[in-house]
Amino acid sequence: MTILRALAVALLAGLAVPGLALAEEAPNGHGPVIEAQEWSFAPPFGSFNQAQLQRGYWVYKDVCSNCHSMRFLSYRNLGEPGGPHFSKKAVETLASQVQVMDGPDDKGEMFSRPGRPSDHFRSPYANDQAARAANRGALPPDLSVMAKARGSGPDFIYALLTGYEKAPADFDLTQGMQYNKAFPGHQIAMPQPLVDGVIPYTDGTKPTVDNYAKDVSAFLMWAAEPKLEERHKIGARVMIFLIVFAVIMYLSKRAVWARLHRRDHTHVT
Amino acid sequence: MAHPSTYQPASGIGRWFDSRLPVPRVMHDQFMVFPTPRNLNYWWTFGGILSFMLAVQMATGVVLAMHFVPTPEGAFDSVEKIMRDVNWGWLLRYSHAVGASMFFLAVYIHTFRGLYYGSYKAPREVLWILGVLILLLMIATAFMGYSLVWGQMSFWAVTVITNLFSSLDALIPGLGTVLVEWIWGGFSVGGPTLNRLYALHYLFPFVIAGVVILHIWALHVPGNNNPTGVDVKTAKDTIPFHPYYTIKDGFALVVFLIVFAALLFYAPNFLGHPDNYVPANPLQTPPHIVPEWYFLPFYAILRAIPNKLFGVIGLIGSISILFFVPWLDTSRIRSTSYRPIYKWFFWLFVVTCIALGYLGSQAPDGWYLFFGRLCTAYYFGFFLLIMPIVGLIERPKRLPGSITQSVLGSEAPQRAVSSESAPEGVA
Repeated sequence: MTILRALAVALLAGLAVPGLALAEEAPNGHGPVIEAQEWSFAPPFGSFNQAQLQRGYWVYKDVCSNCHSMRFLSYRNLGEPGGPHFSKKAVETLASQVQVMDGPDDKGEMFSRPGRPSDHFRSPYANDQAARAANRGALPPDLSVMAKARGSGPDFIYALLTGYEKAPADFDLTQGMQYNKAFPGHQIAMPQPLVDGVIPYTDGTKPTVDNYAKDVSAFLMWAAEPKLEERHKIGARVMIFLIVFAVIMYLSKRAVWARLHRRDHTHVT
Repeated sequence: MAHPSTYQPASGIGRWFDSRLPVPRVMHDQFMVFPTPRNLNYWWTFGGILSFMLAVQMATGVVLAMHFVPTPEGAFDSVEKIMRDVNWGWLLRYSHAVGASMFFLAVYIHTFRGLYYGSYKAPREVLWILGVLILLLMIATAFMGYSLVWGQMSFWAVTVITNLFSSLDALIPGLGTVLVEWIWGGFSVGGPTLNRLYALHYLFPFVIAGVVILHIWALHVPGNNNPTGVDVKTAKDTIPFHPYYTIKDGFALVVFLIVFAALLFYAPNFLGHPDNYVPANPLQTPPHIVPEWYFLPFYAILRAIPNKLFGVIGLIGSISILFFVPWLDTSRIRSTSYRPIYKWFFWLFVVTCIALGYLGSQAPDGWYLFFGRLCTAYYFGFFLLIMPIVGLIERPKRLPGSITQSVLGSEAPQRAVSSESAPEGVA
């Protein structure tokens, strides 16, 4: 077995060494290294920080939603437990602040009305073409599941939002693009969205880019995974049940097989 | 194993039913008192685990199908709706997705177990072939299921894999193209493709269930192999399936479920690819198209071979070669535990399969391609050269006289068993 293990180690080492050599050329599209952050919702027992999600929603509403849709979310979701959990009244107010196109009515006309909690988040553009036209050809992606649609999820979103820098002198930056150290290829069409103090925080949290980025990343994680808290909670119960069940099964198995061993013993002697 | 029925109907209704449709008799004879070798280790528990996983996939799948919309416009959105608005939808969908991974984990362990202990050797060739058939059906089913999410990876995986058929153009010009367009139901992967993949994804599990019944039937004719590979000789070598193996399989299943639950509840997307949370876009190819982890070794083999047609042949051959294993292995004994030379080649083969899995996840250039080719060569060399040759030149270790003796070890060997004259445990 030891020789076998040595063989396995040698083979793995053989694979890893050229792997390291290749990593510098970065041909495998893994992009820049993303630093892991500490999140309140980390498994196995983590849950969302309600105040952080509420702050994150303000960041989304005041900044991101000007260009990015979130078509899988409805205003009612903002009042659900395991999320920002805004009050019923607050959700109704938030929804009513947007104008929603509805219809056709009895005369066959489309009409505009204030939003209701059951309405989906209003999209900033009527369609992708309009979105591209307004953003010099770039399409701001929908953010509903963004926190699951990129490797490292919320860590990546945080790194991206705080990753704007002056391009290095030797970097060939295309006209109209921004340099971002976290973005694959380092060229991003989105201008730096967050600036210190641009969104007022009322709960005493410092209105810094760092906090904005963290809060909105957490909010997007909830948006992508609204049942995360429920999942962690049920998971803990299932795990306890299964572990206790496994112990009982193991003891039962031993008890049953002991009959056989007793039989063998009487046979042999 | 053929054995006289010991079923005694307890009641009048039982006797009435028994003379008309003796299902209780079959259950009693095959799953209660069925004589099973007494030395089966925990590697033998994966058959039961696999039956359970098939049931999980079918149960969750049927409910998911009630909410899924098989159109390019509706598929991705309906999956998200299941995750958000369907009661327990997130649990069903994650169980189904993680369940597929666990299903493959179990089936690979089950297959390697059969390979290690020579469970494919006479008289179990048909049992083995049915198993390989199930594996093939599982691969097809999993591939079609993955496509239904209609994310970027789904869409491009379908595009890449269906396009493999176009390699037939190298044989008969036009044949591959015609075939691919027939599969697509159009000139590109689209609505008709998604719809037929959905129909077949729903159909195939029932076909698998049918073949599983045959697989179990083919197991119950010769009976189980066992870790020594020595045939059952006396009644002392066996114990009734119930309660000994129901309880052992049950314990193993619960331990397996702990791993399943840990992934399901704490890291449901760990084995998936983030790109599949991006809706399918036929105009934008992802930088790297990779299949789910359980297909990576085969994907590595496909890409290790420079010619497209031969790559496809290698891909298909890597699985279909398993059909011929009963005749490629020339060893006269079953269990690798008693094969001092073959043992090393076997474990190197296991390492190679894992290495191919890693290589399949990387872009095929430079050293990755070199090792991909090396591993592919060993993969086929193992079956085509090592299996037939080592079996002929190797002198196996002495087999235990019987299963009971291998367990208790106290009885004196009844008879020395050499490789030349080994009548026991001989395939």
